[in-house]
Amino acid sequence: MEAPVTALGEDATPSTISRVTTGPAPPSPPSLRRRLLDRLPYLSDGKAAYLFLAPWFVGLGLITVGPIAASFYLSFTDYSLLAAPEWVGLDNFTRMASDPRFYKALEVTFLYVFVSVPLQLAFALALALVLDKGLRGLALYRSIYYLPSLLGSSVAVAVLWRQMFGTDGLVNTLLRALGVDDPPGWVSTPAYALGTLIVLNVWTFGSPMVIFLAGLRQIPQMYYEAASIDGAGRARRFFSITLPLLSPIIFFNLVLQLIGSFQTFTQAFIVSGGTGGPADSTLFYTLYLYQRGFGNFDMGYASALAWVLLMIVALLTAANFLASKYWVFYGDD
Amino acid sequence: MATTDARRTGRPRLLAHFGLILFGLVMIYPLIWTLSSSFKPTQEIFSSPGLWSDNFTAENYADGWTALAHPFHRYILNSLVVVVGSIIGNLLACSLAAYAFARLEFRYKRLWFAIMLGTIMLPIHVVIVPQYILFSQLDWINTYWPLIVPKLLATDAFFVFLMVQFIRGIPRELDEAARIDGCGHTGIFWRIIMPMSLPALATTAIFTFIWTWNDFFSQLIFLTDPDMYTVPVALRTFVDATSQTPWGPVFAMSIVALGPIFGFFLAGQRYLVRGIATTGLK
Repeated sequence: MEAPVTALGEDATPSTISRVTTGPAPPSPPSLRRRLLDRLPYLSDGKAAYLFLAPWFVGLGLITVGPIAASFYLSFTDYSLLAAPEWVGLDNFTRMASDPRFYKALEVTFLYVFVSVPLQLAFALALALVLDKGLRGLALYRSIYYLPSLLGSSVAVAVLWRQMFGTDGLVNTLLRALGVDDPPGWVSTPAYALGTLIVLNVWTFGSPMVIFLAGLRQIPQMYYEAASIDGAGRARRFFSITLPLLSPIIFFNLVLQLIGSFQTFTQAFIVSGGTGGPADSTLFYTLYLYQRGFGNFDMGYASALAWVLLMIVALLTAANFLASKYWVFYGDD
Repeated sequence: MATTDARRTGRPRLLAHFGLILFGLVMIYPLIWTLSSSFKPTQEIFSSPGLWSDNFTAENYADGWTALAHPFHRYILNSLVVVVGSIIGNLLACSLAAYAFARLEFRYKRLWFAIMLGTIMLPIHVVIVPQYILFSQLDWINTYWPLIVPKLLATDAFFVFLMVQFIRGIPRELDEAARIDGCGHTGIFWRIIMPMSLPALATTAIFTFIWTWNDFFSQLIFLTDPDMYTVPVALRTFVDATSQTPWGPVFAMSIVALGPIFGFFLAGQRYLVRGIATTGLK
């Protein structure tokens, strides 16, 4: 799909050059495309901006803001797509308050996010620090560690996970080879099923790692040199230079991974066959929302669930931004 | 590149390499094992964690290809329609919007820009129910329009942001020179900004490919007719059956599904890494 862009580029350059060398008026009558391109040469910035932003404005209205408003309205209704939405006030929210699966979904999701995100970032930072040592073959290592990030959200890898942690899966075959007699079926045991999904999320530490690597590059070497001259050891240099100067990047990764992990869906859906099982142990919040909305066509309740999710993500993000004042260090402070 | 530890002796370095290689192998072992298993007879997949087999066969690929309601290339073609439509949409619509934000002055620009950034953070789950209702009233369920039209309307704000950052780095003198030569905004956009933005456009195209090819949630919701299934939705039907999963064919088709991403990863590594490092895209 690069081809059309390149073709335009090639086309554009000669015509620009010919203008420079032969003057503005081409002898032959201008083509339709040229007339279209030059029809609006002296539009003011303001008018041109609305022209260029027209698709985005339409999308914002129809695909984003409109649906947000509609979803807010629907969260106060009972709606199954068959009849018109019926206003029920706060019923969906009070229903939620006494819905054990809602609490279960919250518990599963919080556990997943607050275990896997710190682990994932710790791996990412540790590997970034090792790779930043100027070893040869950096590009190769970076690629190998990054590859799972790229594939991790795909159905194919979720399918692989389901096999790996199944009763006769790869993990248990390895365990048996090591002498473990009776390893459990990890994805079919409520106590372990969520753990396998946490492992899957930690496995995709490559993308925050690449961001950490880019951040480490920004730290001026002279800081380390000065600290060494002053006698600072390895640990001291890490805690007094690397961590503070990297804190904006840590913060960035943290917010990004939190928001992303809260919305995990594919892995939970595939590993549990869409049920959130066994015993709702992988009933992720978004999976429950999907079940209510698109399994039961309980659109009002699903919308209410969506708004609670939005509130949680917004509150957590805001809390992060507030807390960041105390631990994120910007060089120009 | 950091060279603080250049004074380190050879032994710790060797140890570091050893550790990194070992850890890397553990990391990608499941992927390599899947590849090897996709060529093994099914019963051998369960009996051995090793990679080698004396009975390598392409049978799983033949079986997997025809195991579902349609031959697998049908799903690949369906996915390609969605992917190509999404790429065209993102390239056109996001670059148009980005030009306005990066180069033009207009009322409430800061506000609109903030709103654009805000939509990056918005969970899709908040809008999916009304979108589903909207598209079902347009009779677009089981068509590819719900997956492509939003891209034509620049709703992937990530890419708008990426391109704004890139276009800001293109010297404004080029715009001015084009303007003196008689170009308007459309001309500057088409003849200067677009050709100069090739790296950003390539990044957008690659990430759109990978994300759309991998996307499951919206394809699952908008495509319920097996005729219209894309690769991820089709793959899912393999393991959905409560009975025994045919792991050999499933792995074979999983490899087929992962192949294009892997190919793009190899071809576009430079852009991919730069794209993540600067914007935090996955």
